[in-house]
Amino acid sequence: MTGPHQIVLLPAQQSYLGLPGPLLQLLMLLVALGAFAWIINRRAALLRRGAPDPRLDNIGARVKRALVVGFGQSRQPRYRVAGILHILIFFGFLVLSLRSLTLIGEGFSAGFTLPGLGGALGGAYALLKEWTALVVILCCVVAAVRRLAVKPARYHDRNATGSHTGEALLILGLISFLMVADTLYEASHAVLGGEAVPASFPLVKAAAALLGGAGTNLLNTVHLGSFWLHNAALLFFLCYLPVSKHFHVISAIPNVFFSKLAPTGTVKPPRYEEPDMDKIEKLGVGSLEEFTWKHILDFYSCTDCGRCSDSCPAYASGTPLSPRMISIKSRDLAYAAYPVRGKFPPEGTITPLVGPFIAEGEIWACTTCGACEEACPVTIEYLDKIVDMRRHLVDEGDVPATLQKPMADLEKKGNPYGKMPRKRGDWTGLKDVPPCGVKTLKKGEETDLLVFTDSCAAFDPRIQEISRSLGRLIELAGLDAGTLGKDEADSGHEARRLGEEGLFEDLRDRNLEALEQRGFNRLVTPDPHAFNALTHDYDELKQPVLHHSQLLDELTAAGTLTIMGNGGPTRTVTYHDPCYLGRHNGLYDAPRRVLGRLPGVKTVEMERSRNRSFCCGGGSLYLFYEGECDRRMGEIRLEMAEKAGADTVVTACPFCLINLEDAIKTTGREGKMEVMDLAELVEQSLPGEQPS
Amino acid sequence: MEIIVCIKRVPDVSEAELDIDRSGQGIDEADLVYGINEWDNFAIEAAVQLKEAHGGTVTAITVGGEDDEEVLRRALAMGADEALHLRDEAFEGSDARGIATILHKAISSRPHDLVLTGAISGDEGSGHVGGMLAAMLGIRQVALATALTVDRSRATVRHEVEGGLERVVELDLPALVTVQTGLNEPRYVSIRGIRKVSGMEIPVAGAADLGIDPATVGLTGAQVVTEELFIPPRGEGAEILEGDDDDMVDTLIERLREHGGL
Amino acid sequence: MSERNLLVLVELVGGEPDDSAYELASEARKLAGGGTVAAALIGSGVGEAAQTLTAWFDRIHVYDDPQLAQPDGEAAAELLTTLVERDRPWATLVPHTNNGMDAAPVLAVKTGCPLVADCLSLEAADDGLKAVRTVYGGKVHARVSVRDAGQGLMATVRPGSCTTAEAPGAGGEIVTETVPADLVPHRRFVETIAPEAGAVDLTQAEILVAVGRGIEEEENLEIVQSLAEALGAEVACSRPVVDKNWLPKNHQVGTSGVTVKPKIYIAVGISGSFQHMGGLKGGGFIAAINKDPAAPIFNVADVGIVGDLFDIVPLLEEKVRELKG
Repeated sequence: MTGPHQIVLLPAQQSYLGLPGPLLQLLMLLVALGAFAWIINRRAALLRRGAPDPRLDNIGARVKRALVVGFGQSRQPRYRVAGILHILIFFGFLVLSLRSLTLIGEGFSAGFTLPGLGGALGGAYALLKEWTALVVILCCVVAAVRRLAVKPARYHDRNATGSHTGEALLILGLISFLMVADTLYEASHAVLGGEAVPASFPLVKAAAALLGGAGTNLLNTVHLGSFWLHNAALLFFLCYLPVSKHFHVISAIPNVFFSKLAPTGTVKPPRYEEPDMDKIEKLGVGSLEEFTWKHILDFYSCTDCGRCSDSCPAYASGTPLSPRMISIKSRDLAYAAYPVRGKFPPEGTITPLVGPFIAEGEIWACTTCGACEEACPVTIEYLDKIVDMRRHLVDEGDVPATLQKPMADLEKKGNPYGKMPRKRGDWTGLKDVPPCGVKTLKKGEETDLLVFTDSCAAFDPRIQEISRSLGRLIELAGLDAGTLGKDEADSGHEARRLGEEGLFEDLRDRNLEALEQRGFNRLVTPDPHAFNALTHDYDELKQPVLHHSQLLDELTAAGTLTIMGNGGPTRTVTYHDPCYLGRHNGLYDAPRRVLGRLPGVKTVEMERSRNRSFCCGGGSLYLFYEGECDRRMGEIRLEMAEKAGADTVVTACPFCLINLEDAIKTTGREGKMEVMDLAELVEQSLPGEQPS
Repeated sequence: MEIIVCIKRVPDVSEAELDIDRSGQGIDEADLVYGINEWDNFAIEAAVQLKEAHGGTVTAITVGGEDDEEVLRRALAMGADEALHLRDEAFEGSDARGIATILHKAISSRPHDLVLTGAISGDEGSGHVGGMLAAMLGIRQVALATALTVDRSRATVRHEVEGGLERVVELDLPALVTVQTGLNEPRYVSIRGIRKVSGMEIPVAGAADLGIDPATVGLTGAQVVTEELFIPPRGEGAEILEGDDDDMVDTLIERLREHGGL
Repeated sequence: MSERNLLVLVELVGGEPDDSAYELASEARKLAGGGTVAAALIGSGVGEAAQTLTAWFDRIHVYDDPQLAQPDGEAAAELLTTLVERDRPWATLVPHTNNGMDAAPVLAVKTGCPLVADCLSLEAADDGLKAVRTVYGGKVHARVSVRDAGQGLMATVRPGSCTTAEAPGAGGEIVTETVPADLVPHRRFVETIAPEAGAVDLTQAEILVAVGRGIEEEENLEIVQSLAEALGAEVACSRPVVDKNWLPKNHQVGTSGVTVKPKIYIAVGISGSFQHMGGLKGGGFIAAINKDPAAPIFNVADVGIVGDLFDIVPLLEEKVRELKG
C-alpha cells in the first residue's frame, strides 16, 4: 500500500556537524583502511620474522585447493549442522558484500550502484540479497543458540583457560546488525518514498510495516542513522577481524592456497634454507620466531572450531595434548608479544614458546596420526609443527627417560628393543617351527620380492607370527622373496617423527646401503610405518613399495592365491584403518577387497573408518613412551568395534595389533573379541587350513 | 669449580647371549655393542648440572684404547668442557688399582674440586676404582650417592647405606663421590649432538706423559688377574618344579637362598 | 695345610651383627686352616654385639666410640689400617655391602693390600688367593687370582654366597682398641633417611615380586604384598594391573614402564609378554608361578611352578616367615 511521498534525505547529500556526507564517508574509509593496514602490517611483521617456507610450487594445484577447500568449504559438512550453517553464512556474506560496497558508494554519491548492477540485474540482485539476508540472520540465530544453549562438547577445550563465546556472539551480532541496519535503511526509504514493499521482500516489508506510522523526521533519522551505522559497523568489522579469532575470514583462503601439497606422511626438512643439518646452529622450534612464516599464518587462521581436538585420539584419551590449544596458545603469545598497539619487539627477538606455554607432555603425546589435519577446514598443519618442536627438545637433550634407551638401542643395535642385530632375520626360520619360504639374502644376491619387516615384525614374537604368515602366503603364491637379514636396520620412521633427525639419517643410510647390495624388483612390508618411510622418506629408493595388503589384494584378485576353503569360523569382521596406510597414504580399499573375497566373513564398518579412523595408540617408540592419559586409545577403539557389532577386528599394522590385543586383555574381552592381522585371516581361509 | 668425571666404555650385555672367547679370558666381542657405562652417564650429567649451576669446567677422563674415545665425545656432547684420553699399551690389562693409579697421576696434577665417577662398571662390577682413587689423591670420599648438591666448598651427599636406608653427609671439597644410578635424569645425546663435537681435539696422555712406571700398571703390575671366564650353567627354559605344593615351595625357597634372596 | 690368620670386618645392621658376619666367620675359619680368625667391630655402644661374636671369632677388636655411631667408610679404613699394619693378617674379609664398598677400597690403598671384589667363593693358593666372582652383570663368572706381595690380601665377599657353619664356640677374646679423639673430621653426618612407603624405586630393588593379571581382583593383591613384605622385596607389576589402577604407574615393569635389574624376580600370575619382559634386565634369578604351563614366562624363568598362585603364594610366604624366624 503506498503512502504519501515525503522528503527523503539521502546520506551523501547531507552535512553532519558541518561535514558533507562524502567527506564523512571518505574520512571513515581512510581511518578504517588506515587502521586495517596498520594492523595487517603488524601481523605480517611476525610472518616476516618467521623461517623461510617455499609455498609457490604447483600453482595450479594450489588454486584448485583454494577453490575447493577454501572457497568451496568442502570440509565443512563433516560436522553437519555447524557445517551447513557456516556454508550458508559464508556464501551469504559473499552475496551481501556487494550490497555493502554499494552502501559505501552511496556515502559518496546518492544512488550509487556498482557497475553492472543497475537495472534488471540490480533488481534481481536486490531480491537475492533480501533472501540471503533472511537466511543469514536465521543462521546467526541458530548459531547463537548453539553457543549458548546446545554447547557442543568440542566448542570448549578441556585445556582452555578462557572462552571465546563472547567473541563469537559479538561476530554473530555484528553480522546480524549489518543486515538489520540495511533493512531499516531500505524500509525507511520505502516508507518515506511512499512505495509499497512487495511480499517478495519479507524483511523490508516487515520493517516498513513497523515504521509505518512514524513521522518524517523520525523516518529520516532512521534512514540516515541506519545507513551510517551500517557503514561504521562494516568498517569496524573489517578492523576487528585481524585482532580477533575471526582473522580467518581474511587469512583462511590464502592459508589453504599455501597449504602443504606433499603427502601428509612426509615430514618437512629441519630448515628449508639449509639442507645440511650439521650446519644448522639450533635445530627445531622452541620459540615463535623459529616457526616458518606459513606455520605462523596457521596460527592466525585458526578458527577455534575444535574439530582437530575432537578428532584427536590423544585428546580423547586424556593426554595433555589438544591440537587446537597449540594453535590458540601460539596465537595468543604472538598477539601478546607482537601487539598491534605499543612497542614492537626489536629484530632478532626470541619469544620462547616450548616450555613456558606449550608443555613437553603435550608435544610427546602426539602419535602423528594426522586426524587433526584431516579435520581442519582451513588446512592448518600440525604434524610438521610437532616434529619441529620435538627436534628442539631432542637438541636440548630433553627426551623423556623412557624413550632414551630405545633410541640409544636404535642407534647401536638397529632396533628399539635392544635385541641382538644378528637375530633380526631369524623369524624366517625359527627353531622348532617349519620355515616359511622367505630366504635371507646375502650381499649380491637377488630376488623378486624384498620383504622389509622393520623391527617390530622381526622381533616381537606375536608379530613374528604375522611375518611368517605372510611368508607362507608368499611361498604358496610361488613368489621368490628374501629379506636383508641382519643387515636390515629399523626404518627410522618413528625416530624421525620423534625429532631425532640425525638418528633417522643414520638408519636410512644403513638400509639404503644394504638394499643397494642386493637385487630385487619390489619391496613388500607388513608395517605401514615402514611402508610410509620407504615410500616417502627414502628418496633414493627406486623400486616400488607395497604394503602386504596390496600384495594380498593382487594375489587374491588374480587367483594366484585361491581362496576357496571354508577354513575359518564365520566371523563378523571390522577393518581398522591404520593411520599410516589409510589417512596418510590413501590406501583404504585394497584390504577391504581382500576381506570381501574371504568366505564366512561378514564385514561391518566402524563409525570412524577410512580417513576418520581412530588411532590405536601409536607404533614403534610410542610403545615405550607413556605419558599421562585417562584411557588407552586402543580401549576406546575396541568400544567402537563392539558398537559396530564385530567379533573380530582385522588390522594391517603390527602396532595396531599389539595395542588392540592389549586392550582386549585389559578390558576383559578375551573370548568375546579377537584381533587378527589380514595375512592371518587370509591364511586361515585358504583350502586345507585349519582354524588355529 | 673444577670437576673431573672418570668414565668407562663397556659392552651392553643386557640382552646379549655371551660367549667366552678362545683365550678363555675374555668374552666374544663380535656382536657386542659398546657404550658409556650406565653409572658413569649419571656422573657426567651430575657434573654438567653442577657446572651449569655454579660455573667452572668439567673434564671427562677415560683410561682405554682408541675405541674408548667414543665415551669422551659423548661427555663433551652432554656439556663437558674438556676431555682427556689416557692411552698406552702399558695400561692394558690393569686391575682396579692400576686404573686408579693411572687416574691418580692424571688428576693430581690438575685442579680438582670434585671428582665424580660411577659407583660400578657394567663389565667388571667391582666398584673399587673410585674409593682407591680418592685414597691415592688423599681426598674425602663417599660411595653410592643418590643425591648431590654443592655449596661453595662443601658437598652434601645422600648415599645408600645398609638395610635400604640412606644417609645424608657433608664433605668439604675437594672430594670424590661415586654415583649410583638414578641420581638424576641424564639428558639425551642426539646423533647431531655427537656430530657437533666430532671435530674437537681430545688430548692423549701415555705412561711417559704421566710419569708412570709401566711395571706398576697394566697386566704386569696387576695384583688381581683373571685366570679364566666361564658361563654359569643354566638350563633351557625354566626348571619346572615337581611334587605337591609343599615340595615345590620348598625347592623354590632353596633356590632363592642359593641366589641370595633369603 | 698352613695356618693363616684372617680378619673379618663385621657389618652392623640395627646395632646387631649382620648375617654376613657369621658367613664370613665360617668362610674365614675354612681358609684359616687352624690359624686365628679375628673380627673388627666398629660402632658406638657395641658391647653386646661384641659378646655375640665371641662364639664365632678368636679375637674381636672393638672400636667403640660415639664418633663412630654412623658408619663411615673412611673412618673405618683409617682405624683398620693401623690394625692391619700391626697384625698383618693373611687376608681381610669384608662383606660386599654398601658399607663394605665404602670402606674396602680406601683400606686397600692405605694398607697396600690387593683387593678383589664381590666374590662368590674363596680358596687359598700358594702365592695368594683364588676367587670366583661375577662379571658382566652376573652373566659370566671369573676365576681370579690375587697375588700376595707381602702386605696381605683383601676380599669383599657377596653376602649369601657362603654357607654359615655352626658356631665353633671359639670363646673369643675381646680387645678394646683405642679410637683417636679427632678421628672423623671428614664426613659430617646430617641425617638418616628411611625409605617412604609410597616412594618406591624399583630400579634399585634387589628382590621384586611382580604380579600380573592372574591375580584377578584388586583385593587379592594383598597376598602378593604380604609375600613381598616377608621377603623384604618390592612389589612390581605388569601393565594390566596399572591400567586397572590397582597399583601406581611407577610399579610397572616393562618396555613402557620401569626397567629393573633385581637379583631375584618372582613373577606371580604374569604371562611373560615381550613388552613386560623387555623391562627385566640383568642376569638375576627369575622364578615364575602361573597356572598356564604354556605361559611364555616359563621360557625365560629359571625356575617355574605350574600351579594355583592362590595356594602357592600364601604357602611360600608362610615358609619364608618361618625361615626368617
